Amino acid sequence: MSTTFVIKKGLDIKLLGCAEKTVVDLNAERFAIKPPNFLGCFPKVLVKEGDYVKAGTPLFYDKYRDNIVFTAPVSGKVEALKRGAKRRLLEIIIDSDGKNEAIDFGSSNINNLKKEDVVDKMLKSGVWPIMRQRPYSVIANPNDAPKAIFVAAYDTSPLAPDFDLIVHGQGEAFQSGLDVLTKLTEGTVHLNVDAAKTTSKVFLNSQNVQINTFSGPHPSGNVSVHISKIDPINKGDVIWYLYPQDVLTLGKLFMHGKYDSTRVIAFGGSEVKNPKYFKTFIGASIKNMISGNVTDGDNRFISGNVLTGDKIEKDGFVGFYDSLVTVIPEGKHHEFIGWLLPGFSKFSFSRTFPSWLTPNKKYRLDTNMHGGTRAYVMTGKFEKVFPFNIYPLQLIKAVLVEDIDLMENLGIYEIDHEDFALCEVIDTSKTEIQSIIRKGLDLMRLEMS
Amino acid sequence: MKVLRKFIDKQKPHFEKGGKFQKFHSAFDSVETLFFVPDKVTTSGSHIRDAVDMKRTMIVVFIALLPALFFGMWNIGYQHFLSLGGPTDHWTMFFYGFLKMLPIIIVTYGVGLGLEIVFAQIRNHDVNEGFFVSGLLIPMIVPPETPLWQIAVAVAFAVVFGKEVFGGSGMNIVNPALTARAFLFFAYPSEMSGDKVWISEMADTFSGATPLGDALVGNFDTMPSAYEMFIGIMPGSVGETSVLMILIGAIILLATGVANWRIMFSVFAGGYIMGLLFNLWGLNEYMRMDAMNHLLLGGFAFGAVFMATDPVTAAQTKNGMYIYGFLIGIIAILIRVFNPAYPEGVMLSILLMNVFAPLIDHYVIESNIKKRLKRMKLVLKN
Repeated sequence: MSTTFVIKKGLDIKLLGCAEKTVVDLNAERFAIKPPNFLGCFPKVLVKEGDYVKAGTPLFYDKYRDNIVFTAPVSGKVEALKRGAKRRLLEIIIDSDGKNEAIDFGSSNINNLKKEDVVDKMLKSGVWPIMRQRPYSVIANPNDAPKAIFVAAYDTSPLAPDFDLIVHGQGEAFQSGLDVLTKLTEGTVHLNVDAAKTTSKVFLNSQNVQINTFSGPHPSGNVSVHISKIDPINKGDVIWYLYPQDVLTLGKLFMHGKYDSTRVIAFGGSEVKNPKYFKTFIGASIKNMISGNVTDGDNRFISGNVLTGDKIEKDGFVGFYDSLVTVIPEGKHHEFIGWLLPGFSKFSFSRTFPSWLTPNKKYRLDTNMHGGTRAYVMTGKFEKVFPFNIYPLQLIKAVLVEDIDLMENLGIYEIDHEDFALCEVIDTSKTEIQSIIRKGLDLMRLEMS
Repeated sequence: MKVLRKFIDKQKPHFEKGGKFQKFHSAFDSVETLFFVPDKVTTSGSHIRDAVDMKRTMIVVFIALLPALFFGMWNIGYQHFLSLGGPTDHWTMFFYGFLKMLPIIIVTYGVGLGLEIVFAQIRNHDVNEGFFVSGLLIPMIVPPETPLWQIAVAVAFAVVFGKEVFGGSGMNIVNPALTARAFLFFAYPSEMSGDKVWISEMADTFSGATPLGDALVGNFDTMPSAYEMFIGIMPGSVGETSVLMILIGAIILLATGVANWRIMFSVFAGGYIMGLLFNLWGLNEYMRMDAMNHLLLGGFAFGAVFMATDPVTAAQTKNGMYIYGFLIGIIAILIRVFNPAYPEGVMLSILLMNVFAPLIDHYVIESNIKKRLKRMKLVLKN
């Protein structure tokens, strides 16, 4: 066991409504796969309304990488193809028949597998999209040879799901998944755990992987932080990454030959009456989660956490990569001279409000911006929540002027927009930093392809 | 509040697109957001935001300036009555200074904010809060008897050429308050320096020289003691005399994290070390003056705490801040002691380093870039 990597910079935002450690069946009736969840993917649809699908039936493929197909997570009937502006495909909604019939892709002896066999089965079954790559955070290219694969076994974002609870009792499937991963790279498969929070033997007793221990505030759970400390990305490097529930799905694919999209989703937030975990499948409708379980009023439903999650509607669906649904109040209200009053119930990272005197207090935060957008004025703040050897403000400015060389030199390959989420939260000038960084990453990806 | 909110909501449509007063939208918006935090919610990225915004940051700096402001107002009165024969009761002296400062403050904010609103409207932006603080800084660094029309012209120059032509708040290269001061200094020199300007309406027979002015001509007989320098009962601009009041402001700025301690510390360190170097050289009595006095006299402490720490114009990298602050301290004392034309060097030193700050940052970032390239080269070798 190597030494613990201590992350000093960052911020744990303590929110009300952490999910209780109980798991109940969700029994969702509708599921959806949302093409916008997959960065850089241009969907070409393969099914139409009324078609019957099984778990593993292809729904659509990526126009520019047609070997990457996206399949149905459950069996049932295609209920609708929801489109948005300019006929952009937003959701493929499936009415589940509750039987969960799945296509049999054939089980395998994992020890005898070669990389091509693994890739082939993952692509055919639609499991491949679980594998993402750094840089750019897009779905990995099956033809690449990554220098390592990273699995983050813990999450430090606000109200994060407890992966120890989620993988409980599934040691065999998890180990199978890890064994499959070792076939995909010549380098090391890293399993990153938290020094204090990770206690599950499923993680700590894993074989054939290098276990690295971290401690510190968010974003110490982010993949970029792990990569930067263990095997930094240089220009031209590719690292693949995935999360514990993805590893379980991978393991079960090769053990049983079927696409098992089981997910345990944490449901939390200050507006949730009984926050708990729900067992369901990828893309579940949140209707059963929120019925009778959410306070009245104008609420914001988020697939994911409050920092990086997507806004969904009351009748929306959990995103492909998300293990958490958060419900917080909307903040459409005016406050009389709020910038002048002491503001004892407000949360601030800066010490201009009294919140720094009560660091363990849990907050009920809403979506109010607390001010208008300005030019960048304050300096030295982002560095306090950005644990990388990168100048955050200078990188943001390089992206804004689209200076490709400067972006490269300042380390754009080493980060993802989720790493800037805390910078965006504490930003005095209220700018859309994650969106800016995302544009920068997309620009680099197009330039380098 | 509800009455005010309803009133604003009723008037708002007139200022939106298509309304009668659409042209004055920025001005209306700046007044509305002064009374009410906007009800905008997050639409992209993080769903929650910190409660702090630019208004909150600026009000902290404003509050940090108040101790020096109020002491300075009293001091103007004290110096005036001292020159006439003897001081009177404290309230009379304070109100004398208050009434002297009020027109200057009103003119500064009126001209400055007026121009900011015009530029914001032309660009269709919100009015930025930058002038909130600059508007209080400028009255605190000019002689109390400065004609109001000169102040108006200087403020206009600073806002237009010091800030707006570069893109407004956050884009300027030089400190706007110091730009206004420098404009006054070079355009109307006789009203800005010498021994007649620092005491308000003083008797002709009284010497109104500041201690720095005296030191430059070699007159050390009436030099105040270190204690007097610290408290600040001597001729000078409103903000600069009392190091004690400035220190209170510095504590407020540092405790709330609004100003960066690295800059403050480096400026003082640089000034002190330059003073020590001059002590070693010891060519004339000015050079032999105790290095600590340099930190207590003139606008050094005020500049170090409130001017050099302006985040937009200072260096923006950690290591850059040390270099930037240190050079400000060194050059300020250098100008003071060597140059017979400028008894005070802080203003010019800060303006000079404002121009060099991007260069300092550039080289600090270059070293980060070089480390990244070196790491890549090491990997390629293996």
